Amino acid sequence: MAHSTLSLPGPNNIARVVLQNGITVLVYENFAAQSVVISGVLNAGSVHDEPARAGLASMTAGALMRGTQHRDFNAIHESLENIGADVGVSAGTHKASFFGKSLAEDLPILVDILSDVLRYPVFPAPQVERLRGEIMTGLQYRQHDTRYRADRAFRENLYPETHPYHQSRGGTLQTIPAITVPDLQAFHRSYYGPQGLVLVAVGAITANEAIETVRARLEDWQNIVQGDETPLLGLNSRRESKRINVTIPGKTQSDVVMGGVGPSRYAKDFQAATIANSILGQFGMMGRIGKIVREELGLAYYAYSRIEGGHGPGPWNVAAGVNPANVDLTIERIQHELWRLISQPVDDEDLEDNKSYYTGHLPLQLENNEGIASVILSMETYGLGLDYVQNYRDMIYRLTKNDLLAAAQHYLNPDALVIAVAGPN
Amino acid sequence: MSNVTRHVLKNGMVVLLKESHSAPVTSWWVLYRIGSRNERSGHTGISHWVEHMMFKGTDMFPGGQLDKMIDREGGSWNAQTSMDYTAYYETMPSDRIDLALRLEADRMANAQFDLEEVESERTVIISERQGSENSPLFWLSEEMSAAAFRVHGYHHEIIGDQVDLETMTRDDLYNHYKQHYMPNNAIVVAVGDFDSDEMLARIRELYESIPAGETPKLFQRPEPPQIGERRVKVERPGSTAFLEIAYHAPAATDPDWFKLALIDSIMSGPSGPGGGNIDNKTSRLYKALVETEVAASVYGSMIPTIDPYLYSITVTVRDGHTLEEAEAALDEQIERVRSGDITQAELDKAKKQARALFAYSTEGVTGQGFWLAFAENFESYQWFGDYVTRLSAVTLDEVNEAARNYLRPQNRTVGWLIPTGADGIEVDEEE
Repeated sequence: MAHSTLSLPGPNNIARVVLQNGITVLVYENFAAQSVVISGVLNAGSVHDEPARAGLASMTAGALMRGTQHRDFNAIHESLENIGADVGVSAGTHKASFFGKSLAEDLPILVDILSDVLRYPVFPAPQVERLRGEIMTGLQYRQHDTRYRADRAFRENLYPETHPYHQSRGGTLQTIPAITVPDLQAFHRSYYGPQGLVLVAVGAITANEAIETVRARLEDWQNIVQGDETPLLGLNSRRESKRINVTIPGKTQSDVVMGGVGPSRYAKDFQAATIANSILGQFGMMGRIGKIVREELGLAYYAYSRIEGGHGPGPWNVAAGVNPANVDLTIERIQHELWRLISQPVDDEDLEDNKSYYTGHLPLQLENNEGIASVILSMETYGLGLDYVQNYRDMIYRLTKNDLLAAAQHYLNPDALVIAVAGPN
Repeated sequence: MSNVTRHVLKNGMVVLLKESHSAPVTSWWVLYRIGSRNERSGHTGISHWVEHMMFKGTDMFPGGQLDKMIDREGGSWNAQTSMDYTAYYETMPSDRIDLALRLEADRMANAQFDLEEVESERTVIISERQGSENSPLFWLSEEMSAAAFRVHGYHHEIIGDQVDLETMTRDDLYNHYKQHYMPNNAIVVAVGDFDSDEMLARIRELYESIPAGETPKLFQRPEPPQIGERRVKVERPGSTAFLEIAYHAPAATDPDWFKLALIDSIMSGPSGPGGGNIDNKTSRLYKALVETEVAASVYGSMIPTIDPYLYSITVTVRDGHTLEEAEAALDEQIERVRSGDITQAELDKAKKQARALFAYSTEGVTGQGFWLAFAENFESYQWFGDYVTRLSAVTLDEVNEAARNYLRPQNRTVGWLIPTGADGIEVDEEE
């Protein structure tokens, strides 16, 4: 019944070129719709932020689109919006990410703008002040956001003050006012450059056309002072649990975030931990936690677990939104499920179900250009190899129950959790 | 729309099929023509609660197993209750889509409404409402709808009023299910990597034997014309003020809908079918409110609906500025548009944006499946296919006339969310 024209992205259909200045370009042709997507990263994330300048990477990324040596704010946005195109740059923890989309016919305009904002931003003072005001308004609003406050309290207590994961990536009400235009200029000078830049294009364009479009606009970019990635400090294990309660007036629900430090995407046991996490709080409407907290006890609308992964040891945590009267019971049940996960191997059925889920789900991630670009970008940035998707099934099916148990035991200690609750009294 | 075929089974069920072979994936949608607009006082939120109960299983597909069955096959599934419909979908690897077809056929007629499950779900639904209540904008939205619609069912939130969530019974829910879940009240859509003849044959096999029911008598109360501006004020703890202005707008079937959609694009930036928005920094309201630093953000909403709904504009007031300033700045822009100063260049830009956003919305099969079912519900699937053409046909005179007719003060509700302060937040730690 099925006869798709799409084959899984791999070495045979992804064009990959490294430009002379070190930029890696990957292109996947997809003529199913008239649009094109570009997606990419460079090493300009918040790990470079000093505590007193938390939010600098994020503000720099946000200010790139506020004016360049060739275009003012209006010219940048008119060039894009007049053709229904979009470009955005934002800072993550380790990387700054960029994204763009347009009709395929407008790809040269899209790359023109992207190149201009990455290479030649001028951070005009009035625009920076406007951006600062918008960020401050957003931060003021989030002071009353229970999910945000629970997540912040969780991270601030999971990672020591000296660790970059402790800080708020978006900055705080104290740090954002302190960031100056010279700070933005210096950050850009230090971390934006061709080294480590990866750009993926997917859509109704030929690979050659896309590569030459990028080459013409980015291959002559040089930055001799571009800094390297900052190595992360090691983390000591917690010995006991800690609970933080954030009381926010006027709320009717409490948000709970609890867990510990999880694996990076590079960890050998990352895939085993991912499957264990799926059994814990994802598979079949939020896994074991969803079954007990939502289905059997009816305590919460949402309750799930997640592993952040990424370039460093992000959290492995459970999150739930519950009535304030049910907070303690929810925490107790979640702890019980964590104990179960580290005390006994998962059932054969659970393991097989989740292997089937992870391998079967793959085509769904390739449903649109954005999804395909995201998969290819992950393969490149994490060094997984262009044959990663094609070998994925074998890799998942090699995992055993003991692999999952070992990974869960490695990362989860139900006696030494950080538990953050934000809600009404 | 190109290569969509429409079929009506003997029991009245409407079937739309669209082959798309770009990825080995198929999306299957089942939409019932019942939503929160048809809910009576005392039963608000019932459509949404019934949607939740549909995940509790049937004899053939027991509760607790359904999620696992879909996930095991690598699928994703979900449901959504809107003002105008209740819809369910599965997007699966194409060679596994039969599970979705069987599952939806079965729960169209055989869903269980176990009393214990209903009670357990009651707390989940109330928890969902309480999660929304944590956002000040939910309170403003609830009050705005209640003020803008005095009579029509659009006046209450889809989630329902708290009191109704506390008092509705298992039988209320089951009766709602029996009255509205039937093939002659359903639109089913498949988009993806399949052969249409084979797919139609399988749909007939699974669905044509489900008996048609009595055509549901929908509870409907048309909203009388508004005869003067309405205002609401909501006070919540916090430090951020929001302004919302909502004008009564035409139904999706009205040619004026497209004119207002273009006005929205010019005023507050484009939004495409399927939700693929782009930035709005060249829109009139961004320039007038955000560039002047009165607001931190502004966005508009003009969604297609069965009955006349609202064109709304929401402004996040920038820290240090007031609701009065924001409203005055917004009013000035509204008056400019009403005076007829939209230009041909602005209109042409809005049309080009619509073409791009439409292309984004047709990249994936899930979004296309939704839009075909959604459009068929209020008019015809062709509404989606003709979207760009109909927008393109709108003239400058028509846009200016629509601005004059709809953006009148007498036709609007103005809402203020007044923050009462950031005091009272406390943090305590226990080792």
